Amino acid sequence: MSSALATAPLPASLADNPRLSQWLRFVRGGTVSITPGKVELGQGIVTALAQIAAEELDVAFERIRMVPAAAPASPNEGVTSGSLSIQDSGSALRLVCAQARALLLERAAQRLGVPMAELDVDDGNIGHASGAKTDYWTLVQADERLLEREATGAAAPKSPDRYRIVGTSVPRLDIPRKAAARAGFIHDLEWPGMLYGRVVRPPRHGAVLLSCSQAKTAAIPGVAAVVRDGSFLGVVAEREEEAIRAATALAAGCVWEGGTRLPEPGEIGAFLVRQASKTTVLSEKSDPSVGKGRTVLEATYTKPFLSHGSIGPSCAAARFEGAGSLRVWTHSQGVYNLRRDLALALGLPAESVSVQHAEGAGCYGHNGADDVALDAALLARAVPGRHVKLQWMRADEFGWAPYGPAMRVQLRAALDAGGRIVDWQHEFWSSGHSSRPGRGARPTLIAANYLAKPFALLPAIDLPMPAGGAGRNSIPLYDFPNQRVVNHYIEAMPLRTSALRSLGAYANVFALESFMDELAGAADADPVEFRLRHLSDPRGRAVIEAAARMSGWRDRGRIGSGERGMGIAFAKYKNLGAYCAVVAEVEIEREVRVKRLWIAVDVGLVVNPDGVVNQIEGGAIQAASWTLKEELKFTAEGIACQGWEDYPIFRFSEVPAVDVQIVNRPDQKSVGAGEAPLGPTAAAIANGVNAALGVRVRDLPLTPERVAGAI
Amino acid sequence: MADVIAIRVNGAEHKVGAHADTPLLYILRNDLGLKGTRFGCGNGECGACYVIIEGRAVASCDTPLWSVAGKDILTIEGLGSEGGLHPLQQAFIDEQAAQCGYCASGIMMSAAALLANNPAPTDAEIRAALDKNLCRCGTHNRIVRAVQRAAVKQA
Ligand code: FES
Ligand code: FES
Repeated sequence: MSSALATAPLPASLADNPRLSQWLRFVRGGTVSITPGKVELGQGIVTALAQIAAEELDVAFERIRMVPAAAPASPNEGVTSGSLSIQDSGSALRLVCAQARALLLERAAQRLGVPMAELDVDDGNIGHASGAKTDYWTLVQADERLLEREATGAAAPKSPDRYRIVGTSVPRLDIPRKAAARAGFIHDLEWPGMLYGRVVRPPRHGAVLLSCSQAKTAAIPGVAAVVRDGSFLGVVAEREEEAIRAATALAAGCVWEGGTRLPEPGEIGAFLVRQASKTTVLSEKSDPSVGKGRTVLEATYTKPFLSHGSIGPSCAAARFEGAGSLRVWTHSQGVYNLRRDLALALGLPAESVSVQHAEGAGCYGHNGADDVALDAALLARAVPGRHVKLQWMRADEFGWAPYGPAMRVQLRAALDAGGRIVDWQHEFWSSGHSSRPGRGARPTLIAANYLAKPFALLPAIDLPMPAGGAGRNSIPLYDFPNQRVVNHYIEAMPLRTSALRSLGAYANVFALESFMDELAGAADADPVEFRLRHLSDPRGRAVIEAAARMSGWRDRGRIGSGERGMGIAFAKYKNLGAYCAVVAEVEIEREVRVKRLWIAVDVGLVVNPDGVVNQIEGGAIQAASWTLKEELKFTAEGIACQGWEDYPIFRFSEVPAVDVQIVNRPDQKSVGAGEAPLGPTAAAIANGVNAALGVRVRDLPLTPERVAGAI
Repeated sequence: MADVIAIRVNGAEHKVGAHADTPLLYILRNDLGLKGTRFGCGNGECGACYVIIEGRAVASCDTPLWSVAGKDILTIEGLGSEGGLHPLQQAFIDEQAAQCGYCASGIMMSAAALLANNPAPTDAEIRAALDKNLCRCGTHNRIVRAVQRAAVKQA
């Protein structure tokens, strides 16, 4: 085992940041500082990484101190996204800590004059049967350069059967602070002399600021500066409410011109098909020995634009120190990428910008966190030496954070006489699912488009397969002899789109798994049995069977029919990550109510079981809210969404009971959980509606009007 | 133009100098340093900013300073602190009832107002009492369990 590991390439995070001291430090007084490049987004990653470090080092969990990421201080691990943190950062830390432990044992053996193999480690104390002993901290103090060396990946990490901390539900490190509501979010940061900023956005994207009367603003006390750079406009004031009032007054005195017209609302699918797109074939399989099939079904599904809708609007703080050196505090998912785009937008060398992570409200993808950091920096530039903190208003958040893209998915399949799918065709239309910063020669931060010397907006990119963006989970995991999957990538999209939790997987799995049910119906087969008939992957089969068992699927007649129904759906997230099957029980009153969700999930080796359950519950509830209620409203004139009244999400009384069962696979690598249930939950609900009413709603969200229209 | 207005927060008297129309939220966060009360929408639509005034959970983002002169205001900091947690706060930890936790303080204030009037609420009563509080992370069921746990403990 160890020799296989020694020759394995280092995980990317570690190859890019190979010095051990970039990852950990032994601190006098008996603690260990761990400095991952991944950040807490409310998903509990920091606790899981602390568990991995404590496990490999053989120290008590309580000794671990997790340090938030910063650029340039932390290892550059890119973006905290894609449910990859346990894979990226976890595997890097595992190797780093295993190597550190081995180094320390080697030093201890020299110092104590005993063979290394005879040493024991207990909570950082190293002992020998003879009574000779030392500890990690003493050894590091004796040679402070001990960890100034490159990772080799040669020290074998522990085998999972010896785990004591990994695999247990260690309580989250951040929850006591949050329960006591002690300051700790970026929104709570404060410095002496700090000023508050607010921005004034145009009525629609791309509009140009012709003039701006400041007469009313001047009358508001406490205004320290009105900042205008081209069509970027903002204000800085001594008190927060003054900044808000000044921004409102400023907005009233602005004259804007032009801007991008949005698509006519309504038929989003028809709109997408009409756009120019680049077409590529993502998968093609053909087996001429298999007949063409007898029954052919076709169906088209759509998903609207969605808002991230974090409860806390985006926030940042910034301060210019001396000539052209900038410090920024952010809840971005990628401090290095943000640093790069800030430097580009402000015309500074990247070395003059330092970016410190602080926790934001829940993050479900590329939201306004990066954009607001440039806003804050532009305002801070007008008041050098002073900190400026800026939190977006709710309307800024709905109007200006990137959206999850609308999608159209068209499916066609043929069944043979025996009820097997012999041909499968999947085509989808979507704009790109990533406008993240740090990837191009131009910044992607929204304010950069509006500067006197503007940077043109970059289109959202089409992320490559196999993980894919719009293409995520478009290739079926089922065994179909003939299949073709086609991507129509729409580059120019008047709404700004980027990564939202699970990306294209939500729409693709909704469509694919709804269609599997339609085909099961045509084949007169049970939906569970029909899926198993086409699925050889044993881990996939196991979660489907587990969800069916948990929900009492076979006995589902018990819940009655007419107004109640049960539906199932399944996916392996990205076709690379967690396996997840969901059974939904729905009831139709005036609207669709989801009563209960049963979820079986396989994330490989489980680091923190309760953490996985929490993420799965959260993802499923969010997906159920998307599926029944959510749709970004707009007109040709602009976004018609200012507050929560315009964008309703699930409330406590609407939330279903959620039962989660983990299928533990200690022999399989750990993968992230947070995005796995989104697509399956959507399809399971739609399939439940079909089971209850015999109607198929193919356009999301499943509103009362759509359900009534389908009857 | 600043007025000086006396308010009572968590049992302590404060004199604050601010425009009388200033939403209470900014007074709490920025003048008194009570950061547990949070901005979510500024419009009375999400519950992130809830405090208890005269027994009722209300939106501090929507409550002008002048209207609370002389009234008793309770914030999450007055409910308890890490040294002496309120049963609700302890129950949130025991149930691990947070993902990002941004919604948590406003929700605890709604729950505290509920428990004061109804020490043994049913699941449906808890959900009804929390229905004005939004949580985007999907932590609702854990939060309901935490409120139930706190109710049992208080009883
Ligand atoms: S911030 Fe007050 S209700 Fe949303
Ligand atoms: S835990 Fe994030 S909003 Fe509720």
